[in-house]
Parts: sequence; C-alpha cells; structure tokens
Amino acid sequence: MTVIRMPRVRKTLLATTIAATVAGGGLLASTAQADTTLRMAYDADPVSLDIHEQLSGGIMQLSHLLFDPLVRWDQSLNIEPRLASDWEQVDDTTMHMTLRDDVTFHSGNAFTARDVVWTIDRLKRSSDFKAIFDPIESASVVDEHTVEINTVKPYPLLLNLATYIFPMDSEFYSGEAKDGDPKDEIVKNGNSWASTHVSGTGPYTVTERQQGVRTEFARNADYWDEASPGNVDKLVLTPISENATRVAALLSGDVDFIAPVPPNDLERVRESDDAKLVTMSGTRIIMLHMNQKRVEAFEDPRVRKAFAYAINQEGIADRLMKGFATPAAQMSPEGYVGHVDSLNPRYDVAKAKELMEEAGYADGFEISMMAPNNRYVNDAQISQAVAAMLARINVDVDLKTLPKAQYWGEFDDRAADMMLIGWHADTEDSANFHEYLTACPDADTGAGQYNAGNYCNPELDKLVADANEEIDLEKRAEMLQQVEQTLYDEAAFVPLHWQDLAWASAQNAEIEPVLNVMNFPYLGDLVVNDDAE
Amino acid sequence: MIAFLIKRLFHALLVMFVISIIAFAIQDNLGDPIQQMVGQSVPESEREALREELGLNDSYLTQYLRFAGNAARFDFGYSYIFNQPTTEVIARHLPATLELVAASTFLIIALSIPIGVYSAIKPRAWLTRFFMSVSIVGISIPVFLTAIVLIQLFAIGVSWAPFPADTGWGAWLNDVVSTEGGMPAYGRGDPVPVFGTWETNFASLDGLTYLVLPAISLASIMLPLFIRLIRAEMLEVLQSEYVKFARAKGISMRRVYFLHALKNTMLPVITVGGVQIGTLVAYTILTERVFQWPGMGLMFLDAIQRSDIPLIVTYLMIVGLIFVITNTLVDLIYGLVNPTVKLTGKPA
Repeated sequence: MTVIRMPRVRKTLLATTIAATVAGGGLLASTAQADTTLRMAYDADPVSLDIHEQLSGGIMQLSHLLFDPLVRWDQSLNIEPRLASDWEQVDDTTMHMTLRDDVTFHSGNAFTARDVVWTIDRLKRSSDFKAIFDPIESASVVDEHTVEINTVKPYPLLLNLATYIFPMDSEFYSGEAKDGDPKDEIVKNGNSWASTHVSGTGPYTVTERQQGVRTEFARNADYWDEASPGNVDKLVLTPISENATRVAALLSGDVDFIAPVPPNDLERVRESDDAKLVTMSGTRIIMLHMNQKRVEAFEDPRVRKAFAYAINQEGIADRLMKGFATPAAQMSPEGYVGHVDSLNPRYDVAKAKELMEEAGYADGFEISMMAPNNRYVNDAQISQAVAAMLARINVDVDLKTLPKAQYWGEFDDRAADMMLIGWHADTEDSANFHEYLTACPDADTGAGQYNAGNYCNPELDKLVADANEEIDLEKRAEMLQQVEQTLYDEAAFVPLHWQDLAWASAQNAEIEPVLNVMNFPYLGDLVVNDDAE
Repeated sequence: MIAFLIKRLFHALLVMFVISIIAFAIQDNLGDPIQQMVGQSVPESEREALREELGLNDSYLTQYLRFAGNAARFDFGYSYIFNQPTTEVIARHLPATLELVAASTFLIIALSIPIGVYSAIKPRAWLTRFFMSVSIVGISIPVFLTAIVLIQLFAIGVSWAPFPADTGWGAWLNDVVSTEGGMPAYGRGDPVPVFGTWETNFASLDGLTYLVLPAISLASIMLPLFIRLIRAEMLEVLQSEYVKFARAKGISMRRVYFLHALKNTMLPVITVGGVQIGTLVAYTILTERVFQWPGMGLMFLDAIQRSDIPLIVTYLMIVGLIFVITNTLVDLIYGLVNPTVKLTGKPA
C-alpha cells in the first residue's frame, strides 16, 4: 500500500476540467473520484512560512508549492512564463511584464500588478534577498495587469531574477498583527506574523504545520493553471534527516518520494522493485581555494597549475562519489552561458612534478587544509583523497575536517591554506560564481566574499562587470566564457566536480517531468498514477 | 523528609547553575548561529547587524548575566530555529520522548525480572545459557545498528532463499529466515491528542505499532544489563542464611523466590535503575534520530546542527533537572522498600 485514498465527491468537477485540457486525458479518468496523497520526506524542512526570511533550497521548494514565480526555469534551463504571461524590454533599463488576469490568491483576493510591486519592495528589504535584488531600482504599476521594472543599469539577468519573484498577497499581508507589529515584518529570529500565516497563488495551501515534525498541504481547488497535469490532492512532508531512515521509509512504502538519496544507497534504491531513482548532473561546483596571502608559493601560477594537474577529478567522481558527480574543470556547469565545452580536467602527475620543479619547489612544501564533514556529499573523504594526491608532488597536507556549524566561522577567518567550498549560483548564471568565488576580495562591496584564495585579477572583474551590463546575450556569453578560460589558464582554484542530484519515489509517481537541476521539484505538476491494488 | 527534599532542591539548582555555565562556556565552539540563519550570498554588513540585534557581540559575562536573570523568571529565551520560547519548544517535544522512555522501561521491567529470576533459579538450563549469550551480543551492539537492523527486518523486510525453494522443506525454511516487513519505519504516525501539546501513541493500536521498533531498540541497551544485574543479585541472595532458613522451614519454593528473595534482590536494582532511566533519556538521541521520532533528542541534534544556543542550553538544563528528579525519587522509593535506610542521616 503506497497511496492512501479516501473517496470524496467534490473533486470530480475539477478533475474533469483537467482531463479535458490535458492531451492524455485517459490517465486521469481513474483518479477522478479519489483523493491522491503523496507522502514525501526531505532531509530538512523549511525554517519558516515567510518565503523572504531565508534564501535557501528549502524555502525555494516551499515557494514553488505555496506561490508561483513570475517566470520559472524549465528542465533545459529555458525561461517559462508563469504569472507573467509576456514581457518586453522597453529600453535598456526598463522592462514591462504582462501579468495573468485570471489568478486569485488563497485568501480570495485578486492578483494584480500592485502585488508584484509590493513583493519586489519587500524583497529589497529582506536581508537575504536584497543583495541579489540590488540591480533593480524600482517597480511600478502601469495598469491592473502590467508592471514596470526599472534597473539601475542595463541588466541582462532580469528574467533570472524574476524566477525569485513569487508575488505575495499584498492585501493579506498589510496591516498590524495582534501584537501591534506590522504583518509584513521580516524577522529572522522571532515569531513574525508572516512566518506563520501565508497567502499565495500556488498549487497548494498549508493545512497543518508542526515545525520539524510534519507539514501537510492541500491542493488549491481554484488553482489558475488548468493546464497543470498535477493530480495530487494532499501532500505530507516529513523531514527525515537520517539518510538510512529516509531510504528505509521509501523502501518500506511509508513514504512515496524522497530527496536527497545518499550516494551509498543509490544502488539499493535502483535495484528495488518498488522504488525508482532519478539522478541529474547538478549545478553545485565543489572546489578548493589556494590562499595566496597565506602561502607565497601559490602566487606562482606554475604551482597552482601543478596542483590542478596533480588532482584526479575523474578518479574522485568515479570511485569516491560512485559516479554521483560530474568531474569539473571550471565553475559553470553545462547549460550555463559561461560554460566552455573544451575545458577538461587535466590530471597528469608527471606534468605536475615538472611544473613544481620549474617553480623551484621540487621538494614540495607543507600546507594546511580544511573541509567541512557534513555539508556536501562525501566532503571529508574528498579532502582526504585530495591530500593523498598532493602527497605525490611532495606537498605535505595537514588536513582538518569540521562540522559545518564550525566550518564556516573558520572559512570566514581564512584559517587554512586550502579550503573546500561548494557553490550554487543563486541566479543560475556564470557571473555569480566569479563575483563570489574568484573576484578580488573587497569587504566594502562584498565582492569575492567567499574567495578564500585571494586570487585577484582586476581585468576579469572588469570583464564580469561589463558582462553584467551587456544586453546582447551572445556577446555576454562570450565574455563570461573568456572569464572561465582565463581562470582555467591561470589555475585560479582547483575545481573538483559538480555534485549530482538524486531523488527517488514509488513507481506510480511520475516524478521525472517535474524535477530540475535547481532542485526545486514543481510538485504542483506531479502526476501520481492509480496503482493497481 | 522535608529537610531532605529541600536539600535536594538546592542540589537541583546547583546542578542547573553549573550546567548553564558549562553550556554557555562552550557556545563559542558550537558555531555561528548567524551562518545558519542567512543564505550564502548575504553580505557581512547584514550579518553584523543581525549579530548585534541578537546580542552576540556582548561580552561573555553580559550575555550570561542576561540569560541567568531571565532564567530566574523561567524565561530561557527564544529558539533561533523555531522562533518560539525554548520552553515551549521543549514542552512540545517532551511527551514523545517520555512515551518512548516509558515504553522501553515497561519492556525492560517486563522482560528483565522474569528472565533474570529464571536464570538465577536454573543457572544451568539451556534457556539460561541462551539468554546469557544473547545478552552479551545485545550489550555489545550499538543502539544505532540495532535500530537499522530492526528497520531492515521488520519495516522493509528481507527475503532470503538459501534453501532450495522447490522442495517443501526448503520453501518452509526460506519462509522462516525471511521477514515480511510492514512495520512503520519512522515517526509517530498520527498520535491522539490528550491535552495541550501532549499527544499520545498509547491510545490506539495503530499508535502502538509506531512505538514498537523504537522502544525495542532503546530497550536493547539496558535490557541485557538488567537481566545480568538481577541474576547476579538473585544468585547472591539465594546463598544467604535467611533463604536457606526459609527453605529449611518448609516454605514453598515459590514463596521463597518471589516474596523473600526477589524483594531483597530489587534493592540495588532500583538504585541502578533510577540512574539508568536518566541515561535512557540521553540514549533517546540516537534512537530518535534513526527513527525520526519527533522527541527532545531529535530536536537537540537539530539545535546543535543549526547552532541554536538558547535551545541547547535549555535542553541541557532540563535533562539535568530530570536526572536530579529521578535520583530523588529513587532515594524516596529506596526508603519505602528498605525502611532501615534513613534519608537525612539523622534518626527518623
């Protein structure tokens, strides 16, 4: 028994409408009179119902359930219209977006341009989102269903940003809560009104929430997207942080959908008759910085290159990650504009030794290395493997691995000569990698905030800054590819791999079409088939 | 009696004071709570503002005095991850843990006394040898592994076919070594609300099925210990003069074993048991994590991972309180079982 069903009559009408609009309507006929429940288990649950409180994977996944973005990415990283049905670049810094006129919020209020403007204003107040919304100067209402967005400078990534705009119900969130605080207040560590009350336009509403225990969602009966094939009436989300238990819950049929699937259990899930596994090459780059301020030798590009040659990315991806990673030679994964196809991992120990000798370090030297041990998949083992590989070019590594809660403090202090970090570009764009990981560090502007290598090439910074104002997307792509090429040539850092993503579900849940590399499953569109019980 | 309780109250306060100081002293090593609260691309200036707002920039002493002052009014501050007073968060998670501990304690008592007594009365029976060797295995397997094995066997199920399945006996043996699965693998299911935040798993058969596997794995650590303890004590008591005398008097063996001998056997068992129930609360951390049992232990691990300092400190203090309370209760019960024991040290 994997899906619990209870008869309910009210659904029939909606189901018929959906069936009429979907080409393969036949598959819905069997589910028309029944309630379909999907029980899912993630490794953590969202920290709050206020989607502007934190910019994290969990909050984004929640946003896609309770809200709809203006536009969203499809599986091949193309922009797909959602609440915005159309858009037009009026001039270099102005864009008009046309909104759907058939959308209502869960509260019953109609969705208009005012809500979009209100949401953008709130995003610019959120400590987590304000940085990525900096390029937007202001937003204003043109008419009931048209909104104008002005950027400070010409900004080519406005549509990428629009995937983060989930219009909130401005009327619902206006006014004062019982305790006198404004309802739209964003509070990180307090019980704000918006963290427990929610009204969006999304396919689901929250019916019950016990933080850290379970959250229940019910399908929004008045959902605007009648073309959505989604047929799940009820979602039950349970956080299960223990990997083995999450897998066991799926295999025993206690839940229908889990993410992430730990690499050690991939085979077990793949071989199970009751469950299926879906993996995808991810976009999170795992890399090592070489700190030039702490180690003089790292200022020499030949030494940095020697390190890049000494590390066997393919070996790590194959053996350590059990194929659950894509070996990387750059930061931008395939599909990103800055991705350069010709860059491949350059593992060659002989060449590495040669370079070390050339640079005068044939006898090697000693360095310290730090890595988290519970943040990324197999992070501690990866750093151990790297340390062993560096020993072959006579580099003696003093390795320390720490839990993530302690690691980031050390990272901010740049406490070791080599530090491991994983990065996912919030904007799904190549420039973001450079801005945070390889730009010249500048505490005032926040540039290079995570550049633990202190690599600095002002020409590249200029190139990226120019690219961010380049409206011609092809030209922009060329510029960003040039950045990747230069970083590769100068071995600014040691790229390791892009961590793959994995989900697993019961056989009757058609999860493949709703998954994507951002790891925001569009569960509103999920179809669960009637299993022949 | 009253003097004893007052003395114990002071003990409790002292213990909690020491715990709070230690918990506060290690907080710098628990990681930066800000890191857990904000996204990766938040600039340092925003982080600094948040740190200031939370009072994390104040000196250790200022932070501690502020905490202690509030704690005296039973206000332990707000949890960073739950955005609620820590006492409320713990009150919500406490019933799940207490129910798990209660179920395990029940299992331990219901099994250890008969098995312990049996193996003391019949030290050479093959069943005794079996219990003793199983308890050696039980005591040496970590609770984590027990839990995972239980899930595999009874939640997922295993089908082994080491014997030829086409023969009648082979198929039968295969059935014997294979398990069905079907028990719930995680969580509490749909517990029945009693009042307030207290929900119970004891009220329905369905609720009890969720409790079985976690309770067994939690009990698996203590059960062998208690069987061996009861057996050893019982063996000793059975050698004592008064038991020999009772036998010589011709009292029925049942009466000797279960009335006279068992009563004296239980004295040290109660002492150890009381302390161990406190330990059991601590062991719930592992069990709850594997079974995703939504109790205090799971909450505590979450709090550590996300550097939720107020919640960590409150949890430690409340567990300290539980230890003091169980120890006090043990001393009181001890007095009841053995009236020669005087609690205050003065003549009663």
